[in-house]
Amino acid sequence: MDNHTLINSLKNKLSAYDIQYHHVKNSVTIEISKNDLIPICKTLKSESTLTFNMLIDICAVDYLTYGDADWKTLDATNTGFSRAVKKTIIPDPDENYDEKRFGIFYQLLSLDHNMRLSISTYTGSTNPPTIDSIHGIWNAADWFEREAFDLMGIQFKGHPDLRRILTDYGFIGHPFRKDFPTNGNLEVMYDQNLEKVVYKPVSITTRPGVPRIIRKNNDIE
Amino acid sequence: MTSNNLKLNFGPQHPAAHGVMRLIMEMDGEVVVGMDPHIGLLHRGTEKLAETKPFNHSIGYMDRMDYISMMCCEHPYILAIEKLLDITPPVRSQYIRVMFDEITRILNHLLWLGCHGLDIGAMALFLYCFREREDLLDCYEAVSGARMHATYYRPGGVYRDLPDTMPKYKSNKYISEKKVQKLNYNRDGSLLDFIKDFTDRFPSHIDEYETLLTDNRIWKQRTVDIGIVSPERAIELGFTGPMLRGSGIAWDLRRKQPYEVYNDIDFKIPVGVNGDCYDRYLVRIEEMRQSNHIIQQCIQWLEENPGPIMIDNNKLAPPKRSAMKHDMESLIYHFKLFTEGYSVPEGNVYSAIEHPKGEFGVFLMSDGANKPYRLKIRAPSFSHLAAISEMSKGHMLADVVSIIGTLDVVFGEIDR
Repeated sequence: MDNHTLINSLKNKLSAYDIQYHHVKNSVTIEISKNDLIPICKTLKSESTLTFNMLIDICAVDYLTYGDADWKTLDATNTGFSRAVKKTIIPDPDENYDEKRFGIFYQLLSLDHNMRLSISTYTGSTNPPTIDSIHGIWNAADWFEREAFDLMGIQFKGHPDLRRILTDYGFIGHPFRKDFPTNGNLEVMYDQNLEKVVYKPVSITTRPGVPRIIRKNNDIE
Repeated sequence: MTSNNLKLNFGPQHPAAHGVMRLIMEMDGEVVVGMDPHIGLLHRGTEKLAETKPFNHSIGYMDRMDYISMMCCEHPYILAIEKLLDITPPVRSQYIRVMFDEITRILNHLLWLGCHGLDIGAMALFLYCFREREDLLDCYEAVSGARMHATYYRPGGVYRDLPDTMPKYKSNKYISEKKVQKLNYNRDGSLLDFIKDFTDRFPSHIDEYETLLTDNRIWKQRTVDIGIVSPERAIELGFTGPMLRGSGIAWDLRRKQPYEVYNDIDFKIPVGVNGDCYDRYLVRIEEMRQSNHIIQQCIQWLEENPGPIMIDNNKLAPPKRSAMKHDMESLIYHFKLFTEGYSVPEGNVYSAIEHPKGEFGVFLMSDGANKPYRLKIRAPSFSHLAAISEMSKGHMLADVVSIIGTLDVVFGEIDR
């Protein structure tokens, strides 16, 4: 089945929902509202013309610094050369996030029709950001959702066992958020006087090695 | 009645854990009732690090994902960048990539076979497998200079063409001239000649492994009917690669969603019947034979068709040293490429390849900068390990080792 047939059958089966279709680079992405996630996923899995029977991946994205470049500045003398060397970390807003701060991308695969589909949705109007768990639809979501919870701090409502998975026991924070410094917040060392392992705030500052530069109209073919 | 279940801690430092995995097992006597795998002890935050580096700097980090099938991990990352840039590498580089993907598949399966055998009592096999691995690692070294972490693939092609000479052993006071001559018997020609010699003898080596294992009573007792996964559950749990094929589903991305030049290559997809450890063993053995066959086809094509191995675009490919000496443009391109890198158009893509362990995918998001905005690696073993609890319930403690082995887990890619 090619992508146009896929989009047509999607439009046919999912006409009840508000969906935006993106067909770029030979792949189809549907952008949906997070409230429609569960019914749409159920349809995608059960409908015989679609049968997306495998969940390949779940990826959470933090849009906090999307489109920010290190060299971007309002006037040249204001921040000088150091603007690309010193990195300011935006503090974590406690009350409310931007409604579209976090994007979640689900990659689906249909073995029967040999098709791929990507679902994207946004969350973030509350702290912590929440979204429904799709563990009941695809069991493979178990660890993927735990990972997104651990690294991005997204709560998956209805997940049976939402615990941290990749970070250390007792870890504080969600390291893949853009307001979490690459160097981390705590460092671990052995204190000879106390004769035990201690945690203390990191003593090094985050320095980007190569400045982040955005170039439009790139003419690579 | 009160429960007399025992909690048992397995790992993180355990030779059969294949890395740093900690299992909290609940045992009823010697039978596993429940299991909670603790992972993340090797978490290095590669995806976060990639956000702070230009695109090309992260290729080397990809090698360190699944560190026993290195080039296969670079591959989807490269493909994702190429997809966003909308470029197609030269055909010769695609053949080189396919050849090295298959060399990597053999590398991976040999290590898997050796270690899996070692775990469940087939000691001799390990040395045989590593004997053949040595030759393949020499191919890695000849082409990239590194035995493991090659960093050989590039967006737009590969780093350099296949070398005309193979590195040779040299005599010293411990190794005589005569012995060196014997060691160098297949190293007089080019790299392709060396690989050709390997592919000629490798099928007989696989026969040797099979003599040791396939009809071996102990091997069968340890693997037949252990860790059975039904095809339905395998799909539900997100299994890919040999884990899915072992359950009888003929799904292979090389055939179903071909990338590079797999369309023009002849190979078969082996499938299992029962979905147990033994079937997955048979599938992997047959995959090695098929990979060998693919490599032979690639060698033939590569010998007949010399040509460019990198696209002719100095925004991506470094200019020639000689050109930089007299051409200012080349010097500028070189400077810009190595200081700033290249900017990738805004967008997000998911690209996946048939990695030796299953579907290895990369989700790449760019906001138009010279660094990725978000990189997510979809590691096959991550989904496989998530199912270990379900697979081992009701089995004995010793079978857990067989199941860990059959999952073919590597913690570099699970923990990332």
